[in-house]
Amino acid sequence: MRKSTYIRFKITSILALLIIVAASCERDLSDKVEFATFPSNADIFIDGFSGGLDYNPFGGSKLDAFSVDEEVSYKGTASMRLDIPNFGDPDGAYAGAIFPDAAGRDLSGYDALTFWAKASQAATINAIGFGNDFDENKYLVTKTNLRISTNWKKYVIPFPDPSKLTFEKGMFWYAEGPENNNGYSIWIDELKFEKLGTIAQPRPAIFNGEDIVDQRFVNTTSQITGLTQTFNLGSGVNETVIVAPSYFTFKSSNIEVARVSELGEISIIGTGTAKITATLANVAAAGSLTIEVLGSLEAAPIPIRDQSNVISLFSNVYNDVTVDTFNPFFQFSTTQNSIIDLNGDDIISYTDLNFVAILTESQPINAANMSHLHLDIYTPDAPAEFKVELRDYGANGVFDQAGDDSQGVFVVPSSQITTNQWISLDIPLSSFTGLTAKQHVAQLVLSGGLPNVYVDNIYFYTE
Amino acid sequence: MKIIPKLGKFIKMNLGNSLLLIAVLIFTISCETSEKQTVTNFDELVMQDEFDIDGPPNSDLWTYAIGTGVNGWGNNELQYYTKRKENIKVENGVLLITAKKENLEGSSYTSARILTRGNFEQKYGRFEARIRLPYGQGLWPAFWLLGSNCNSANGTPESNWPDCGEIDIMEYRGQDPTIVLGSVHGPGYSGGEAITKQYELENDRFDTNFHVFGIEWAPDHINYYVDDVLYNQITPDDVTGNWVFDQPFFIILNLAVGGDFVNAPNNETVFPQTMLVDYVRVYKNN
Repeated sequence: MRKSTYIRFKITSILALLIIVAASCERDLSDKVEFATFPSNADIFIDGFSGGLDYNPFGGSKLDAFSVDEEVSYKGTASMRLDIPNFGDPDGAYAGAIFPDAAGRDLSGYDALTFWAKASQAATINAIGFGNDFDENKYLVTKTNLRISTNWKKYVIPFPDPSKLTFEKGMFWYAEGPENNNGYSIWIDELKFEKLGTIAQPRPAIFNGEDIVDQRFVNTTSQITGLTQTFNLGSGVNETVIVAPSYFTFKSSNIEVARVSELGEISIIGTGTAKITATLANVAAAGSLTIEVLGSLEAAPIPIRDQSNVISLFSNVYNDVTVDTFNPFFQFSTTQNSIIDLNGDDIISYTDLNFVAILTESQPINAANMSHLHLDIYTPDAPAEFKVELRDYGANGVFDQAGDDSQGVFVVPSSQITTNQWISLDIPLSSFTGLTAKQHVAQLVLSGGLPNVYVDNIYFYTE
Repeated sequence: MKIIPKLGKFIKMNLGNSLLLIAVLIFTISCETSEKQTVTNFDELVMQDEFDIDGPPNSDLWTYAIGTGVNGWGNNELQYYTKRKENIKVENGVLLITAKKENLEGSSYTSARILTRGNFEQKYGRFEARIRLPYGQGLWPAFWLLGSNCNSANGTPESNWPDCGEIDIMEYRGQDPTIVLGSVHGPGYSGGEAITKQYELENDRFDTNFHVFGIEWAPDHINYYVDDVLYNQITPDDVTGNWVFDQPFFIILNLAVGGDFVNAPNNETVFPQTMLVDYVRVYKNN
């Protein structure tokens, strides 16, 4: 405690004494250090927006989804209303926006984003959170599948690590589509940051808490996935949010084999074994990746067909159509996936593969004019059967087994599988027995007896 | 100690407004005085266990309850109590009572309960313990007293319970990490009809730091404290039956799993869970 702190205040001795006491518990850093800090304004929307806040809708979203509703509020005179569009709304397929404060705020004194919300119907909001600034999104936090009801209720989105948020621009963001094809309205009020003091028992995780063993190749890179932080809230509820890599500190047990950047990108640089682990705010994260690197991987054969004859789902050569996911984690599926980058060529890595679906549900593929499905696969496993299935959702474009769906399976016999070698599969669509329609192809399912499969260049083509 | 955070806040504000400063000081001091009035003078320490010696708890003071009692200690509790060091030990200055999810003697959980029956029993006085609680659905730690005439050798259930009296200094549901309860059970007011009151921490919770749980028990009242806050007083007028808190009582510390008060753990409950006791101290009623 340096005397100069209180001598500066020329006031009564009792006050000076009290300041000594107070200052001794307030100051942690040396008096010589003075950090510039950003405003710590906690409010986002109370009865109107706090100063400096912008509203930036996502491209493709319904741009006028947001309004201030002066008829409805949890408290005060107004709330913010989000009008989620109906399926097929020409103004936008969904509602979504970020609420940035371009000047930035110091949020490190808070521990949660909180708000009161209700909706015109019970619903599940796809994504809601903060840290999205249309820039680096360095400290992005997302709560997915937030259940919301028709009654006002308080929601708490905990900070993974408040100490990181000394200069944050992304105050709030959300993205939500129709519920069962129907639009509806969400009201949000008293949207602000709070120091609740009841956010406790952190349980961070990488790879969704799984301990994964994977084979990799030199000169490939991949991203650490499944990054979450879980807290026990004051209500006793365990709340899990998806968090950006920059909240974590990553570690490789052998930096001659694998290195991890602060953005969670794993680079394989040598042969051997390395274990990737992480901590968040000095708490060890559940989950790890043990990498076995045996050598190099050659790139898959480069496709040579003309783009005009191709509908590509995954390739660096062609323009790919929209793919919803390369792993929807269906029930009973053990499959883990990652995208590895081999000198600029992306390859899908599937491990613990029992079955996995590649979904194009949101925009089913019209393969009526296509003759073949192509994919290149590579496995380090002993030869075994490999199955490829296509499912068409029929004219209604919706998954309904009892309705107009059709599907067919093509089996690649183990005799055609060679270990550690790219295998190019060119499967005539007519070989998918049972696939009676091809105008609404929405699922490509891979299964069989190969637990580790690399896949590249997935496309339909016509000869 | 209480004065510091209030002034700390003030320092951050503009020091220019002396009127405001005076107002704050007056308010702070008057607040301090009134809080002091609630503190009684039970200051003659007669028993203390600071848990300073590593190993099992002091056998001159504590005995173990072992097993499941009758009907899960009368509450359909799910744990099997042991005296194994996995479930109870003193280490680094604290007593650790740990609930584990493991199969033992037909139970799915293990934990521990210790009591001072026969070794330390006292009528009236201040009973306090400094404890950090566990968390999660189905955890039920308690710091409580039973009348010395409760006639089972091993804690509850007692055939003459609730006539023999029970004072719950602290009970807590792991699913409510900000709330503790203080209660008395006696003839005509036991179980669901106990005389009870809960205390909720503001902007804090019981599983992240130690808190002091205490009662000050005199012939005509029992005062309940969390840290320096008096949150309830129970007097003979408050109970709906005979006042039975006029005989020596002994101390119990335990961590139950499941039972009627909390219901069973669920798949989100994290095990193991540990209740940490920094000390137990008893003062005479003087």
